Amino acid sequence: MVSSTKLETPLDGEMISKLKIGERVLLSGIVYTARDQAHKRLVDELERAGRGNRQPNLPFPLEGQVIYYVGPAPSRPGMVIGPAGPTTSCRMDPYTPMLLEKGLKGTIGKGRRGKDVIEAMKKYRAVYFVAVGGAAVLISKKIKSANVIAYKDLGPEAIYRLDVEDFPLIVANDVYGNDLFDEGINKYRKVKE
Amino acid sequence: MREITSEEIAKAVENLCISSNCGLGEDVWRALREGLENEESPVGKEVLEEILENDRMAEEEKLPMCQDTGFIVVFVEMGQEVRITGGDICEAINKGVINGYKKGYLRKSIVGDPLRRNNTGDNSPAWVHIDIVPGDKLKISVMPKGAGSENMSIVAMLSPVEGVQGVKRFVLDWVREKGANACPPLVVGVGIGGIFEGVAKLAKKALLRPIGSKNPVPFYAEMEEQLLKEINNLGLGPQGLGGSTTALAVHIETYPCHMASLPLAINLQCHAARHGTIVL
Repeated sequence: MVSSTKLETPLDGEMISKLKIGERVLLSGIVYTARDQAHKRLVDELERAGRGNRQPNLPFPLEGQVIYYVGPAPSRPGMVIGPAGPTTSCRMDPYTPMLLEKGLKGTIGKGRRGKDVIEAMKKYRAVYFVAVGGAAVLISKKIKSANVIAYKDLGPEAIYRLDVEDFPLIVANDVYGNDLFDEGINKYRKVKE
Repeated sequence: MREITSEEIAKAVENLCISSNCGLGEDVWRALREGLENEESPVGKEVLEEILENDRMAEEEKLPMCQDTGFIVVFVEMGQEVRITGGDICEAINKGVINGYKKGYLRKSIVGDPLRRNNTGDNSPAWVHIDIVPGDKLKISVMPKGAGSENMSIVAMLSPVEGVQGVKRFVLDWVREKGANACPPLVVGVGIGGIFEGVAKLAKKALLRPIGSKNPVPFYAEMEEQLLKEINNLGLGPQGLGGSTTALAVHIETYPCHMASLPLAINLQCHAARHGTIVL
């Protein structure tokens, strides 16, 4: 079994610049959830604040934080949260560079990010972690508490504040522009016989 | 004439919604375990181990294995001797979905309008295909289809001269570009022939076949085998992170088509290949 790096939020530039693609990470601390609609609302507010020359009114601070792309299933009585595996990250690509610019340091999801996001992660020094898509029950057991803090009207797409412990992740994009998806496919592709 | 009540149908759908979300068929388990055994990449092996452990937990604790409990697709084969009493069959199916998603603590993921997007709150409506067949049985298959894999699906009207090589090229290119986002290892449903709206249904119906089954026509069985090998040679691997287990199966379904057309559909299924069937 490959060893894992233990990491705690909030993340700072120094610690994440040491992370390499393919590195296994066990993440602990506070993580915020957001999907498509929540991202749109966050970015709309950042743009409005920019135009109005005022501080943005966001449901959580971005500096050093990590966003997990997830819409959990309902929890049974007595459970902290229902099954909560990652959703496909590229849907959030249009909104991510601006959040990175404002200090977001990590995102967690599944699947590849686009070029713009990879460039932005290099520029603003942030990383992209993947969690195993479909490992929803296993991941939910790493979540110690879950509270809706914004956009309750979005149901499963609301923003949750999660307290996680040893959330198993793999570094997919580091701060140097490397991409685990590219490296992987190049390594295991077989030439046609 | 054989009578089946809408109440019976609603109850069957309710149970299938829950059971299909919480447990996998033996064929899928076998394919995942074989994938783990043969996987060449260390990351790929870890991913498959995590998936298998997750699915074991889900089955033990009767929890949905994935938080995306999907859009419910129902395939009904209704014997022409069957008469439904007590209410509309589609209403009965939707009632089953609503009850199943409530009782099973499944996620309500459906919006009532595709552009204005307010959640319906109960995961209805389902998408129902009804085919009339000979006989007096009612066969109902329920498939929770997640958006991750569904979003990476496509219908294309190829030109007839593109032929076998054109179809294979299209499928390989598509899986290479889009496969990572559909949660590999995949089951690849391929529809060939028919007509625009029909070829998509063929590709989805292909996903109901047990993993390990072959198309009954040797020409297509061979094509399924070749495509599976070539897809796995792409090197995408589990979750697209690199490896040798990109697909667990390729299922092809075909139908006659216009001499000037070559309709093709690819419906990707993730590793949570969930579906359940009952015959009433």
